[in-house]
Amino acid sequence: MRITVPNRRASSPRRRSRRLVAVAAVAALGAGLLAGCAEDSDDGGRAGSGSKDGKTTIKVGVFGVFGLKEAGLYDEYMKKNPDIVIEQTSIERNENYYPRLLTRLGAGSGLADIQAVEVNNIAEIVETQSDKLVDLSKTPGVDKNKYLDWKWQQGTTKDGKTVGLGTDIGPQGICYRKDLFKKAGLPTDRDKVSELWAGDWNKYLEAGKKYKKNAPKNTAFVDSAGGVMAAVTGSYEDRYYDKSGEIIYKSNPRVKEAWDLGVDFAEEGLTAKLQQFQKTWDQAYANGTFATVSCPAWMLGYIKGKAGEKGEDQWDVAQAPMPSNWGGSFITVPKAGKNTEEAAKLAAWLTAPEQQAKLFDKQGSFPSASAAYDLPQVADAKHPYFSDAPIGKIFAKAAEGAPVQILGPKDLIIAQNLGDVGMLQVDQKGTSSEEAWKAATKAIDNALDK
Amino acid sequence: MASESRTAAPSPTGEGAAPRPEDTPPKSDARRRERRSRRYRLDVKWSPYAYIAPFFLFFAAFGLFPLLYTGWASLHRVELTAPTDMEWAGLHNYSRLLSDEFFWNALKNTFTIGIISTVPQLLMALGIAHLLNYRLRGSMFYRVAALTPYATSVAAATLVFALLFGRDYGMINWGLGLIGIDNIDWQTGDWTSQIAVSSIVIWRWTGYNALIYLAAMQSISHDLYESAALDGASRWRQFIHVTLPQLRPTILFTCVVSTIGAVQLFGEPLLFSGSGATGGANHQYQTLGLYLYEQGWVNLHLGRASAIAWAMFLILLLIGAVNWLIARRLRKSEGDS
Repeated sequence: MRITVPNRRASSPRRRSRRLVAVAAVAALGAGLLAGCAEDSDDGGRAGSGSKDGKTTIKVGVFGVFGLKEAGLYDEYMKKNPDIVIEQTSIERNENYYPRLLTRLGAGSGLADIQAVEVNNIAEIVETQSDKLVDLSKTPGVDKNKYLDWKWQQGTTKDGKTVGLGTDIGPQGICYRKDLFKKAGLPTDRDKVSELWAGDWNKYLEAGKKYKKNAPKNTAFVDSAGGVMAAVTGSYEDRYYDKSGEIIYKSNPRVKEAWDLGVDFAEEGLTAKLQQFQKTWDQAYANGTFATVSCPAWMLGYIKGKAGEKGEDQWDVAQAPMPSNWGGSFITVPKAGKNTEEAAKLAAWLTAPEQQAKLFDKQGSFPSASAAYDLPQVADAKHPYFSDAPIGKIFAKAAEGAPVQILGPKDLIIAQNLGDVGMLQVDQKGTSSEEAWKAATKAIDNALDK
Repeated sequence: MASESRTAAPSPTGEGAAPRPEDTPPKSDARRRERRSRRYRLDVKWSPYAYIAPFFLFFAAFGLFPLLYTGWASLHRVELTAPTDMEWAGLHNYSRLLSDEFFWNALKNTFTIGIISTVPQLLMALGIAHLLNYRLRGSMFYRVAALTPYATSVAAATLVFALLFGRDYGMINWGLGLIGIDNIDWQTGDWTSQIAVSSIVIWRWTGYNALIYLAAMQSISHDLYESAALDGASRWRQFIHVTLPQLRPTILFTCVVSTIGAVQLFGEPLLFSGSGATGGANHQYQTLGLYLYEQGWVNLHLGRASAIAWAMFLILLLIGAVNWLIARRLRKSEGDS
């Protein structure tokens, strides 16, 4: 004892300071880790939204290249409202974005002030998350009559709360290669091409058979059987759900028709056996190995990017056999956000017809606000890469003719499995139609079973 | 740090006490000392726990708690759309796994991919280590080179491999075309896709295992080789009869680590497919990890995903037990010989 006490006294200042350092280090580590969990700031360390130096920061969470930022809309809004700062975080793929959005809605934290939702998820969001989202129908500047009715309904709950405002929609045309059509002895003028299959998807198949007879070497009529199936399902009102919310895809003759047509394309050897949005698909654009693809308005930019200079002036857009819709998005304002009021104002402004027209002009996302169709940016729009096709008129016609589709919460899972499990087997492996259908339905049953 | 202060405490003959002038301090001072020494004892006794506490706290928060919570969630019906809404389901999630053909398919795929990636990987690693063990010019370069794939991110490696294995414009098919073999649709076939996925694993991990083997080889005594050489053993004989037996514990270790890695295989098949978590149109390369991900984050069934996670955990425990048995047997046979 007598020994240790002086020793302790002698070393105590150093020890204490050392211990302090250790405690501080541990505390810092812990705080850092906890902060890492809580904040999850994707925007390079700037503090979360809220008021700073008198400015209000509004965060927008989107997936992919959503277009709002790219079209300069944020900059314009910030110029008009100097007190507002808009920050955007984007997650590349919706399949990663969506689960994260759900988790954060469930936890009520980590949310941006505005969150985008893809059309395949909107029914699930409206059905299960509407109590966590702000009703935007009464926000000043939002006018129901300016939107396509069906788009408005998709973002609205049964009891009339509009939690999602439509941004764009995906009316489809058929993009085709004029040079390949010419070599195969098909017409190249876009009106004649539209006439070739007007009104009936089966005529599209017939055109494909004609193409195959004189097809240029190593080219196919269409990219994938799955793409055909998706386009056909998009042209009918009911696909996977009926009005009462029952899942009916197994017995729905529309789905059967789309499936059979996809199988026909595969079995006739009219497809390039690709899977959309894969590297191989991109490469096929660059190499020009297929002549047509059903293309929603938002895909034009993608095609331009992948087909590159070599494809310039080779592509054109014709009307699809039947008006059909694929894709589109909504924006929502979570109640757990920090500036719901300002966010709602911004959401209303972003989705107003004038802004949607600008978005179309810059990014090719087609407006869901029908009031925008008469604005010159849409009505007179031509796409230089696609042989100056009057895409404003072509897609507006498709949009107005597109059916009011019945959506359901599990649309995405059903569509994905029908395409990526069922039709892909037929297309790439040559599985028989019955067997592939069985495989797809089995996968869907398994996925839907809780 | 506590141990440091303890070792710093001088021996009774040390200078610590000697120079102190007052040998009998006043009473109050003694009491203060008494109190201090008690604090000191407490310090010595408890501060080690305080120092290691951060690890255990973080382990509890990020390791143990998720493990237990996953177990709890696996006994419920939970959807990602309402993660706090848990409906008791008992062992339903587990019993349905038994009749879930997608689960068995994933288990089978995990197993076959595990075999075709681990076996060649370890054999090649052994060979490479053996070569690196010779005195080579620029051996450091080779060692670093062997480790580079390990330092590459899974995502980058997989994307490159997916391109290499492309059907229409892939380099591998181009090479095969030169020797007259038609284009192979790697991704669509059952075996071809599994081989492609395995090749990514092999590429990434061979060098890593080779370095572990190399380290073990260098610790083998030279006398053993010398005496073997004196007995007229060839290089090959030396490898079989000296190197391999000496490496036995290391080989066992790499087997265990690779097996764990194989059971958890996830990133490679996910990115190889390029879209979705189905692991190919026929689920032909969907591993357990990928199936778990599909159930949890695509189909949004957290309860079912948790049950798969625990099933994987149990499989690993089983493998661990088997490994322990083998190790014990090995040790025994070593003792006998």
